[in-house]
Amino acid sequence: MAGFGFICLLLALAVCAYGIAASIYGVRTRRWEYADSGRRAMYALAAVLTIAGLVLELAFISNDFAFNTVADTSSRTTPALYRVAAVWSSQEGSLLLWAWLLSLWSSLALFLTRRRLREVAAYATAILLGLGGFFVGLMVFYANPFSTTTPAPPEGVGLDPLLRFPTMMIHPPMLYSGYTLCMIPLAFGFGALLARRLQADWIGAIRRFAFAAWLFLGIGILLGARWSYAELGWGGYWGWDAVENASLMPWLTATAFLHSLMIQEKRGMLKVWNVSLVLATGTLAIMGTFLVRSGVLNSIHAFGGSTLGVPFVCLIGVLIAASIYLVVSRREMLRSENRLDSLLSRESMFLANNLVLVGLCFVIFWGTYFPLISEAVTGQESSVGPPWFDRYTVPLALVLVLLSGIGPVIAWRRATLANARRNFLAPVAVALLALAALAAAGLAHKPLALAMFCLGAFVLAVVAQEFVRGTRVRRAMAGESVPRALASLVQRNRRRYGGYIVHVGIAVLFIGVAASSSFQHASELQLSPGQSTKVGPYTVRYVRPTASITPKYDRAHTGSTVAFGAEVDVSKNGRHVTTLSPSEGYYASGEVSQGTVGSLIGGQPVSHVSIDGGVTRDIWGAVEPNIETGRLKKIVDAGNRTLSSDEAIVAIGLLAKEYIKKPPPAQFHFIVSPLVMWIWIGGLIVFLGGLVAVWPAPSTVRARAAARIRARSPRDLVRA
Amino acid sequence: MSPARKRTVRLVLALSAAVVLASALIYTSFSAANPALSPTQLLRQAQPGRSYQLTGTVEPGSVHRMGGVLDFSVQDRAGTRVVPLAYTGSVPDPFREGREVIVTVQKQGSRFVGERDSLITKCPSKYKTAPPSEKQNL
Repeated sequence: MAGFGFICLLLALAVCAYGIAASIYGVRTRRWEYADSGRRAMYALAAVLTIAGLVLELAFISNDFAFNTVADTSSRTTPALYRVAAVWSSQEGSLLLWAWLLSLWSSLALFLTRRRLREVAAYATAILLGLGGFFVGLMVFYANPFSTTTPAPPEGVGLDPLLRFPTMMIHPPMLYSGYTLCMIPLAFGFGALLARRLQADWIGAIRRFAFAAWLFLGIGILLGARWSYAELGWGGYWGWDAVENASLMPWLTATAFLHSLMIQEKRGMLKVWNVSLVLATGTLAIMGTFLVRSGVLNSIHAFGGSTLGVPFVCLIGVLIAASIYLVVSRREMLRSENRLDSLLSRESMFLANNLVLVGLCFVIFWGTYFPLISEAVTGQESSVGPPWFDRYTVPLALVLVLLSGIGPVIAWRRATLANARRNFLAPVAVALLALAALAAAGLAHKPLALAMFCLGAFVLAVVAQEFVRGTRVRRAMAGESVPRALASLVQRNRRRYGGYIVHVGIAVLFIGVAASSSFQHASELQLSPGQSTKVGPYTVRYVRPTASITPKYDRAHTGSTVAFGAEVDVSKNGRHVTTLSPSEGYYASGEVSQGTVGSLIGGQPVSHVSIDGGVTRDIWGAVEPNIETGRLKKIVDAGNRTLSSDEAIVAIGLLAKEYIKKPPPAQFHFIVSPLVMWIWIGGLIVFLGGLVAVWPAPSTVRARAAARIRARSPRDLVRA
Repeated sequence: MSPARKRTVRLVLALSAAVVLASALIYTSFSAANPALSPTQLLRQAQPGRSYQLTGTVEPGSVHRMGGVLDFSVQDRAGTRVVPLAYTGSVPDPFREGREVIVTVQKQGSRFVGERDSLITKCPSKYKTAPPSEKQNL
């Protein structure tokens, strides 16, 4: 099977080479049948890579440890569900996932544009196939997912226990969908520049894909944050880690061009800026992929010690050089058709939003790559920490939220005082009321958080006002009931109202971030059963130890050998609030040197965090039991000496019993943070708003179908 | 003022603002950055009161927990020089003896103290033993 998989890769490489040649030949000689053939090569690539992916997936499901990737990232003790997702936990498998998703999304984009933009699409096909070929080439020459070892090892190393978490299964496909979807605007942008067809029509063709890229990338980032919060034992959701930043940067530039594209469509302005942003987003997405794979920067998430750095640097170099050359050489065709009329207009608000977003991206870029920059400048590798990032990103985020409230309602071209009063009087009043109420509630000592709450209230009020006004107009016009008027309002202008919903989600998310980072209580300490401590307004008491012999009874179903934990009672003013049951899972290491019993629990221990989530606050608890005490060690040592590997589980049972009977003090970590749930709810609202905006409106689908019928009938008449 | 001149003035103002902001960014990044040092370099050049990023591996047998404080030592890859330090705050799951870590430390008197919550364990995917493909090459 492995041989077959590798043949698929070789075939994929050949398909890419053919498709690139056919597309370029077709567009250069105007023989469009060749360009069509190039497009079909993309479909073929998608098919071949699907087969390759299935071969690898089958190997994981059937525990075929002859495959090196299976032996390295899966095992019989890895639960079946996680075995399916383990495919993309290795370097090789994730490259395959990348190439596969790229081929799927590209096929969709090329299929939808098959009757439009012939020239641009042909160049875009060649570029997308080039990128696909690059990733397939990496697999063929550097990181073959189908490499094997004979004889096959009897058991694999297992999926990293940290990755055995539900959102971790969908995080990579989401993130990679985002990255690969960024390639479509990039390819069409290059195509438009190469074909010198720089009117707004290429933007219309890719707008939906750009939006989907933005949406998927955003969901991927948020799922990663959720994983970090609920699985890693530190209780944070964002740490300005290099890999997190790498995914945030293309998202920021994508957010910027989604806004500035509107100005180009409406007013024919900002063409150089837009095409540069599109190309930058694509390049940043490739850089994000590169950062995870190359090991150039220290990160907790990266695949270390990899050899893929050089090809990636070459690709990034080519992309940057080509972008600069094409934009500079086509600058005459990218002239603005209009000028900014006033600084108080929607255009200039969008421009300001773009500057803030690009500024944010630059700050994050500088901080992320600072270790490389400082080494190049001073010869000494240094890095900047979260406080440095916060210093710049917090004020920029405040401005951004403010603009997200002003942008949607300020007039195009030039805002008048009457217009401003009509649109902003009520929202500003709401923001001031929020300010007064929160200051009265005693939150004035955190001015930045307070500012964020007020700005969030402002945005919510602006959007609510828009919905109320729109609904009122529809009711007056069509005499519909309120829910019906609201539904038809959104349906008739999905992009606009979907966008508003996205703004609501972002405001809610930022309120959650501001509250949870500014008003958090945390406590880290050692407790014995019966002891208690205060965390903010709550009293937490370590009631009793727990132990579960697994994998069968593992609470989190992650396939650990044994989990030791604690039952923790949380109360407020003497009244029971909730019971937390955090634990730590111990996994098999498969290392013979640790002994028969030792190897069953010698792998990496992983926290199973326990969270009592609520709309107003989360109570978060993690425990790190101490199993290195004399008595527990003695059991392991005795078991190692006397038990065979089949009987070793008996010692684990004894270990659990002993732990319950005489529990040593355990290390606890408790966090009480307000409004964390708002971050996830905000993300969900953004997702829903995104779906509303990106979904083809039924009216346009119908209109298109009707147009097609109309177009066909004269032809049919002629034929008849 | 003619519209063209107005535009030029606006452009110059915007560009100077950008340059000022960028310089502030660059200046603060260099002044706020913590140098990344190995134990040998740290022992040679550490000054009290400054923060450094110490990278190295956790010395086997050096990890002890006393109350909320985690004591451990970080050693060079070659294992020649060792920096013992006291650390408080969250400890990542993959933290183990022999594993590579990054921790922000300050020299206080003659000893080193880890900054709260600054401990990072490198690369959880690397805890596994050499994969079969590498073993073959050996």
